[in-house]
Amino acid sequence: MKIAVLVKQVPGAESPLPIHSNQKWVDEDAVAYVMNESDNYALEEALQIKEANSEGEVVVISLGPDRIQKVIREALAKGADRAIHIQIDTVGAIDPLATASHFADALKEENFDLIFSGLQSDDFGMAQTGVIIGEMLGMATASLVMAIETGGGKIKVKRELEAGWFQWVSLSLPASLTIQSGLNTPRYPSLKGIMGAKKKEIKVVTPNPVEANQSLEKIYVPHSDKQTVMIEGSVDQMVEKLIHTFRNDIKVL
Amino acid sequence: MDILIVLEDNNGKIHRMGLESIAAAQKMANDLGLSMGALVMGKNGDALAEQASGFNVGEVIKVNNKLLSSYSSDGYAEAVKQVIEQENPTYVLFGHSYQVRDYAPRVSAKLMKPFLVDNVAMNTEGGNVVFTKQMFNAKLFSDITPVSDGPYLVSFQSAAFSSENAVSGSASVREATVNLDASMIKTESEEPFQEEAGGVDLTSAEIIVSIGRGIGKEENIPLAETLAQALGGELAASRPVVDAGWLPAAHQIGSSGQSVSPQMYLALGISGAIQHVVGMKGSKNIVAINKDPEAPIFEIADYGVVGDVLEIIPKLVESLKGD
Ligand SMILES: Cc1cc2nc3c(=O)[nH]c(=O)nc-3n(C[C@H](O)[C@H](O)[C@H](O)COP(=O)(O)OP(=O)(O)OC[C@H]3O[C@@H](n4cnc5c(N)ncnc54)[C@H](O)[C@@H]3O)c2cc1C
Ligand SMILES: Nc1ncnc2c1ncn2[C@@H]1O[C@H](COP(=O)(O)O)[C@@H](O)[C@H]1O
Repeated sequence: MKIAVLVKQVPGAESPLPIHSNQKWVDEDAVAYVMNESDNYALEEALQIKEANSEGEVVVISLGPDRIQKVIREALAKGADRAIHIQIDTVGAIDPLATASHFADALKEENFDLIFSGLQSDDFGMAQTGVIIGEMLGMATASLVMAIETGGGKIKVKRELEAGWFQWVSLSLPASLTIQSGLNTPRYPSLKGIMGAKKKEIKVVTPNPVEANQSLEKIYVPHSDKQTVMIEGSVDQMVEKLIHTFRNDIKVL
Repeated sequence: MDILIVLEDNNGKIHRMGLESIAAAQKMANDLGLSMGALVMGKNGDALAEQASGFNVGEVIKVNNKLLSSYSSDGYAEAVKQVIEQENPTYVLFGHSYQVRDYAPRVSAKLMKPFLVDNVAMNTEGGNVVFTKQMFNAKLFSDITPVSDGPYLVSFQSAAFSSENAVSGSASVREATVNLDASMIKTESEEPFQEEAGGVDLTSAEIIVSIGRGIGKEENIPLAETLAQALGGELAASRPVVDAGWLPAAHQIGSSGQSVSPQMYLALGISGAIQHVVGMKGSKNIVAINKDPEAPIFEIADYGVVGDVLEIIPKLVESLKGD
């Protein structure tokens, strides 16, 4: 199996997100980046499939400015064989059709059996890039994948449905799957992996420009109308006030 | 028509998010003077058409095709694309359900028209529609507009519009045909199933102590358990805690877990992503403890504490036991 895995570099859950003065994006210099959560699971699944079949290739592909080579290296250190970096400035470039067409262009010649991506990116949250790529390349698609069985030129995936329901779906190959978190336990890179990654190939490609189909006008901090009673003070005081609230306001004690 | 509402089947009933899209479409139609139509398909198409015709949706378009009787992303994407080409709407509205996540991006790709997803609001002032979407896991909002000509595909987040606001009426039903070929369908689906709940029923609990990634590590789970016991409540969790294997899936609250509405929901180290919030926002009292004062959970909390759960939980347990 030849598997491509889309790995996106996104702000970590605890990263500061100061908004740029033009209100068009966050100030990227202040951001602490990590690998997108569901992509980490997607990468692990690809590596496990390769290891189980003791053949095949796992290629990571990522789109963005030079800073993303950090997650590319991390993916290589975990065991991906080589990488493709689609080099482009992503500030404000949120259109998933444009993003997906860059990926489709970079992937189409290579004839992958499977393309894995995360079900959703933690920054844009467009929830569609991998599905669009599948359509563009004429592949079968399935989203929210929670388990994968391979064999016999086909694959079978367990898809998550709403409210705790699941469904098994068989797909012909090639296929593009979007991976839901939780289907495996992602590994950490080993020291040997980290050393080895330095020698692995990162092919840098520059995409042809495409017109955007949607544009970000403004980004801002949401404000809510809900009145939240904030309980303040030292830890001891907060604990005391909480117990008081449980007892007298919420009446659960 | 100008606005096409795509309705989803939920076992013979219009999916709740479909009713919410009807409310959204009606607002759009009113504000902008646009006409509407609602699309139904699948094996329960007749029942859905009947229900949809009871709303003020202009007209109902019913597609009958045996290749659509059960859901497939190939079949549904192609059918919706063909209906869009026939009806030429400017806006195509969906609820941002799991099914829509699965096939609507393909409609976007087939037409090379944008899919503006998961919106929480829309603003129609001045005749231009601006859609508002959460980004960075609900920490920031962004205003997004489509560029180029329509049709524009648009989906709304659960509860962005209230289904109670969907105005009833009487719409006529019309049939439309689509051309599908069995060879287009590259997937084969088995029956949906539910995983064993493992004896955990959180829906009847009065007090729920729910832990998120902020609990830090598996070794801290017993601490949260002790707190749940001291309060006489049940222990629940956000998805990352379940994904990490720290608690079984039956404890998960959210769109892919259980939905609860206890007297008190104590959210410990949970950021407040929408997929979690949909499962607990009906709680009578939400108390959130989070070290980040900007965490989105505080937008829905009745009571908030900015602090470290690992410091606060032991002291809470101590006080409760001392009582
Ligand atoms: C299709 C889909 C379905 C999903 N289904 C679900 C679902 O059913 N249920 C669900 O929960 N999620 C679901 N998710 C995931 C969801 O989007 C969020 O990623 C998840 O809810 C985040 O969990 P969290 O708040 O525990 O973690 P994070 O978002 O990482 O937040 C951790 C929080 O803990 C705080 N914190 C850290 N340390 C401390 C400390 N010591 N003291 C106090 N606070 C601390 C941080 O400030 C942060 O706010 C789904 C996602 C998708 C795309
Ligand atoms: N710039 C990018 N670089 C690498 N992968 C990406 C990029 N954008 C999207 N993806 C992939 O597509 C998935 C879904 O992203 P999105 O459609 O933005 O929610 C992500 O989880 C990634 O796997």
